[in-house]
Amino acid sequence: MTGVVQTVLFWGLGAVAVAAGVVVFRTDSMARATYALAASFVAVGAQVLFLHLDYVGVIVVLMMVMEMAVMAVYMVMFMGMNPALMPMSMVHSRKTSLGVAAGAFIVLAGGALLVPWPARRGAPAVDLTVSLGQATMGSKMLVMLVVSPVLFSTIVSALVLALPRSRYDRLGDDLRRRPAEDPQPGGVGR
Amino acid sequence: MAADVVTVSVAWAPLALLLVVAAAWWAACLDAVVSGGRWGAPAAEAARLLRQRRRTLLAADRLLWRLGGGGLLVAALLMVAVIPLGRWTLSDLGVGVVWFNAMDVLVWALVWMAGWGANSTHALVGGYRFLAQALAYELPLMFALTAPAVGAGSLRVADVIAAQHGLWFVVWMPVAFVVFCACVVAFSVQGPFAAAAAADIGGGVLAEVSGVDRLLLLAGRYALLAAGSAFAVVAVFGGGDGPWLPDWVWTLVKTFAVLSVLVLVRRRVPLLRPDRLVEVGWVLVLPLTLLQLLVVSVVVVVR
Repeated sequence: MTGVVQTVLFWGLGAVAVAAGVVVFRTDSMARATYALAASFVAVGAQVLFLHLDYVGVIVVLMMVMEMAVMAVYMVMFMGMNPALMPMSMVHSRKTSLGVAAGAFIVLAGGALLVPWPARRGAPAVDLTVSLGQATMGSKMLVMLVVSPVLFSTIVSALVLALPRSRYDRLGDDLRRRPAEDPQPGGVGR
Repeated sequence: MAADVVTVSVAWAPLALLLVVAAAWWAACLDAVVSGGRWGAPAAEAARLLRQRRRTLLAADRLLWRLGGGGLLVAALLMVAVIPLGRWTLSDLGVGVVWFNAMDVLVWALVWMAGWGANSTHALVGGYRFLAQALAYELPLMFALTAPAVGAGSLRVADVIAAQHGLWFVVWMPVAFVVFCACVVAFSVQGPFAAAAAADIGGGVLAEVSGVDRLLLLAGRYALLAAGSAFAVVAVFGGGDGPWLPDWVWTLVKTFAVLSVLVLVRRRVPLLRPDRLVEVGWVLVLPLTLLQLLVVSVVVVVR
């Protein structure tokens, strides 16, 4: 692709991302708001492809579509007084949110304009994804290795605390009941 | 690894679409015949649907409904974009395997939207059923896709094909192959995985669609099955690898063969309930797939 086409596409995708972001708050349907957000993320993912970070870009699309598909279920289930099957407003705490949004925008945009960005030294790496991974994780691998089991055990313990039923409810006081008594039996028959 | 593929102009995309539609057509015809119908039944049904008037529903979310119904065919075409036909490919993406995975995740959103948009209870239940099923099959699918990528040491589809020269991956990745095929049937909402469009909820996501929308949805499901079969060919059946015939012919022959087998086999398995499927997917299939991945990784390291 020539430079001009690339530039137009890149800025076009940026415009799509912002426009879809606006739609999230302007629409009156939870489903549309969720998928407008997904569209916004997909446009950003496509922009990342233009930075030659193919893997990161495609993963952004993959993760965000999956996340929004699941999110739509929860949004429809929990948002609003009625389960959000009916049209409803997508905004609340209007003044506070506007203030926070404007403040955040001024700080970020001001930072982007005022920070003295360094000039490029040397050429970009051959595989940008690898060098991005090295830069963000390379020297911090030990931290990552410690953090991930901690995160995982947090999830497991939170689930254990949140679950209303324990193994004694499933398998009886002597843990000998087979098959287990579940409100909804699984497919394996444990 | 000499992975020589030629990236062709995007002007060839209509041909790719034509091939996808032809494969979907074949699958539909085969399906009709083994169900006791005629070869021409899908053509007659398509002609009928093209002339049928669209049903109008109260407070339907038309935008999401149409996106969901029409999107399946687009997703199938986007999958095929990274699959080389012999030596030619529409896009020689360095992360083609992940691209395929991202496109099959699009189906999550599309089927749910097709269920949501109609503003009808049965269709909505169908959409939710598909998401429950997707939670069951997606992780096994991801790890099944990882096996050929690890075997080839690359996420590029052309490298995966080149790495199979001499020995196809299906020989030493049988579990990944079977799991992948089952997942293809699952994201195509077909056979045992068609709970989202099952008769017990009046057709589910198909309950309210009519006319050209119904045609697109039905064709999209077969197109996804076709695109998935084509990816199975490049992932484990050596792509265009084969004697005598040119490589592009081999790609097509193998794709139609895998597609036909999927159509024939999926009819012999009863419908699986999505709520039961999640436990099977996570407790049984996922560990099996991980074990396969471990075997592949060990082979790659020691050879």
